[in-house]
Amino acid sequence: MAATQVLRSEWTKIRSVSSTVWTLGLAVVVSIGLGILISWLASNDFDNLGAKDRMGFDATAISFAGMGLGQLAMIVFGVLVVANEYSTGMIRTSLSAVPQRGTFLFCKIAVATLLALVVGLITAFIAFFAGQSVMGEHKASIGDAGVLRAVIGAGLYMTLIAVFSMGVAAMLRSPMLSLGILMPFFFLISNILGNVSATEKIGQFLPDQAGLKIMEVVSPVDDDTPYGPWGGFGIMALWVVAALIGGYVLLKKRDA
Amino acid sequence: MIEAVGLTKRYGAKTAVYNLSFQVRPGTVTGFLGPNGSGKSTTMRMILGLDNPSAGHVTIAGHPYRKLPNAPRHVGALLDAKAVHGGRHARNHLLCLAQLSGIPARRVDEVLGVVGLQDVAKKRSKGFSLGMGQRLGIASALLGDPQVLLFDEPVNGLDPEGILWVRNLMKQLAAEGRTVFVSSHLMSEMALTAEHLIVIGRGQLLADMSVKDFISANSADFARVRTPDTDPQQREKLTAALTEAGGQVLPEQDGALRVTGLPLPRISDVAHGASVRLWELSPHQASLEEAYMRMTQGAVDYRSTIDQRAGLQQQLPAGAPDQFAPPMPGQDQPGWYAPPPPQQGGQPFGMPQGAPGGPYGGAPAGPNPYAQQAPAAPAQAPAPTPHTDNEDSR
Repeated sequence: MAATQVLRSEWTKIRSVSSTVWTLGLAVVVSIGLGILISWLASNDFDNLGAKDRMGFDATAISFAGMGLGQLAMIVFGVLVVANEYSTGMIRTSLSAVPQRGTFLFCKIAVATLLALVVGLITAFIAFFAGQSVMGEHKASIGDAGVLRAVIGAGLYMTLIAVFSMGVAAMLRSPMLSLGILMPFFFLISNILGNVSATEKIGQFLPDQAGLKIMEVVSPVDDDTPYGPWGGFGIMALWVVAALIGGYVLLKKRDA
Repeated sequence: MIEAVGLTKRYGAKTAVYNLSFQVRPGTVTGFLGPNGSGKSTTMRMILGLDNPSAGHVTIAGHPYRKLPNAPRHVGALLDAKAVHGGRHARNHLLCLAQLSGIPARRVDEVLGVVGLQDVAKKRSKGFSLGMGQRLGIASALLGDPQVLLFDEPVNGLDPEGILWVRNLMKQLAAEGRTVFVSSHLMSEMALTAEHLIVIGRGQLLADMSVKDFISANSADFARVRTPDTDPQQREKLTAALTEAGGQVLPEQDGALRVTGLPLPRISDVAHGASVRLWELSPHQASLEEAYMRMTQGAVDYRSTIDQRAGLQQQLPAGAPDQFAPPMPGQDQPGWYAPPPPQQGGQPFGMPQGAPGGPYGGAPAGPNPYAQQAPAAPAQAPAPTPHTDNEDSR
């Protein structure tokens, strides 16, 4: 079974369902739209900020603020790509056509990841330039130190969120269960754990909290995070790898 | 060639398939029969390497499925007609399966034509009826032009034209030298389609033989004899005479007699000798359905009971025929559906014991005496109340 055949087939699968367009489209629109709105509000509010907050004002990261919501659409995309196979029963047809389950899973995830990467990078660049365009004098330039890294990093972040969801969906199989766990986790729980001082030490090692670090150009003044932008990205990548291994191991040994 | 050896599958404490060994040979349609939940689909999934057997193994052409080189070109399967992403076009569904095994897109349009779905190729499969779904599933099985084909209940939901088409398709595929393995719970369908039968019940092998052998081993030829309804004594007389002549006589629900062990001319002679007039003397063969029912009677997992409608219906006026009991092959009614096998003595044929008015008195004159002896519901209707209550309490 040539992997190229599986890749082509997975590409047909992914482009032939409307949920792909809907979820990815929503991720783009929400991330950019909300990013512009928050950028505009933040730059207008700049004069009211205290000295410390002005020091930590990060025009780049603010333009990515919409991704906090846009990532939820990425999660839905990642979950549906994998879990739809189970909810429709298609998995049996797929696995009887590709008995090499590892090839099947990783080709599927590779195609979806590549698509998510393209969409994520486009979103990141548009969100950056659109966000900066409404920030007037406070705006950052793509040539500034660390800015390009942050913009590409934002695209990578969106991608990894989707891949992490694919891994989780491969483990849990049910789209409802996967979404029911991932959505509240990334929308609420992770934020709460990361912002409450008692749990901050744990919270900052969660995949999204760690991954967000790569979007930062200006660190907050009293930042004591024990890792840098790429360190945080590495932590997130480890989570993703763990989820993928979990999904692969379960798929390999479980009855389809 | 599919070969299963000691195939066993346990889910926790429940054993779905136990020690199943069989061979499915090329060139014939092999029917795979069993009641609901008897392990047919589980076995099919194990053949396709989707479920791992708890013990034993199953191979296709000598290889376990997962080791089969280019499996989709070798084996085609229809497992579940609804196992399709509803938002995907029929054509795209087949296209992604075709691409998996390097089959050109041309072939997709070809099989769409074969199953008659070319007009809805660009429609989302969400709107498909069960029959259209079956056709799509059959198309995906045919895609790789495989030598081994598995179909799990392919005629479910098909219209008569579709059923005929599937039947001919299976035969044609087998005639081309392919291995065709078709599961069904419809014996009548298999009798028309398959040449060889594998019957399982509760996950265990009940029979593995040709349809011809299955019929002759499981169904008894018998004669239906009918004496004038007006004169029950003639019947008793004939019963005695036939038994004396070496026949086995079983009373039937409608007052006729079922005679085995005597050829028709001999029965006529005996009747003549006893000066009993006959209204009917006809040769019969128990249907395959009956034979199958008897074989699987003890292995049925999900048994229907009478709907009492206790909370829904007002009490019918006394004397109304409210005991309309559907035929139920139950443990306390052995052999109701089918005659006892010829090699065994068997038990009386479903005549309720202690029926009011003597053994023959309760027989109604209503049903057409020439009708096929089918396990029709009305035949059960005059069952005495205590008996029916027994059924209710089960």
